[in-house]
Amino acid sequence: MTTDVALPTAVSQQFPSATPRTSLDCPAFNIPAGDARALLKHLRDTLGYDFLMDLTAIDWSAGQSPRFTVVWHLYSSTKHTYVRIAAHCATDAEPAMPTATGLWAGADWHEREVYDMFGIKFTGHPDLRRILMWDAYPYFPLRKEFPLAGLPTEMSDADINAETGVGVIAAPMAGGPFVATPGEPMSEAEPRAKDETWNEQREKPE
Amino acid sequence: MVTANPELAYNSKIEGDVTVTRADAAINWLRTNSMWPMPMGLACCAIELMASAASRFDIARFGAEVMRFSPRQSDCMIVAGTVTYKMAPVVRRIYDQMAAPKWVIAMGACASSGGMYRSYATLQGVDRILPVDVYVSGCPPRPEALLDALMKLQTKVRTERSWKKNFSAA
Repeated sequence: MTTDVALPTAVSQQFPSATPRTSLDCPAFNIPAGDARALLKHLRDTLGYDFLMDLTAIDWSAGQSPRFTVVWHLYSSTKHTYVRIAAHCATDAEPAMPTATGLWAGADWHEREVYDMFGIKFTGHPDLRRILMWDAYPYFPLRKEFPLAGLPTEMSDADINAETGVGVIAAPMAGGPFVATPGEPMSEAEPRAKDETWNEQREKPE
Repeated sequence: MVTANPELAYNSKIEGDVTVTRADAAINWLRTNSMWPMPMGLACCAIELMASAASRFDIARFGAEVMRFSPRQSDCMIVAGTVTYKMAPVVRRIYDQMAAPKWVIAMGACASSGGMYRSYATLQGVDRILPVDVYVSGCPPRPEALLDALMKLQTKVRTERSWKKNFSAA
């Protein structure tokens, strides 16, 4: 991957508020939330970063401040280089960020996903609804305090809930979590039951 | 040269135009051999379901090749794949729309138990919302396993008391 060596000076000249961000690959910048949209527009129109690769967020866990960070990955289809922009959400309880849908139409669903998983509201988004979970789902599953197994709640359809009497339950975790283990051969690293010393009948040893 | 053997066939000249059987036997015979599936293909198991329908495995040998995408015309829902909590009410509603008699095959680990998806988004086994007749293990099961499940379901249907269940007042 080639690196855009002129980029840091080009960004810091236009945006003194942008600071370099630790990065192992491409150039990366921190920017105050208020300047984020202007910087993205500048990168797209002037510096040739015309493609929004990804838009995601980080939850630094409850108690941290700033708690939520939104991250944009941009790609230049002319220079074939990447850049990463990160901006902290101003408030931790009601995180919000200006939308990038006016710059890239593709930001629409990315921002809906970030809203769905983290509860970050993108101000100015034309249609900010949940995209993966159903509309009435009460939690934001990728926040740090949310358990992998989930929390009990109701399913979306009131008729079916009344008929079946079944709701969302916390998933049983005996033998789990069923995640891949890093650093092993592929055949060993596959998701599978791991700690089987405890189950529904036998308590988990502490 | 093969010639028809009239002695083994039903001879209407001797026995008349009447045959006698049990109602259950006749009804179950019809039901077992034309069990039209409702393909509830939700994940990768649906690919194996498609393979079962194709020429190598040929589910038509068991009279279940007519995949009906309308629940009104189908008899057996094959839940093939991961059922999310978002999809679960839809699966149940489609099951409710199927005309009785109806059966359910839970195909694969996810439909049977949630599989490896022990997470907030996945229904932990479709038997929480549907009465499942046959569970198929595998991730995904091979088409032979699905055919075996279908044959097990046919065996089950063959022994049902269909007349008593559906046509008598009691």
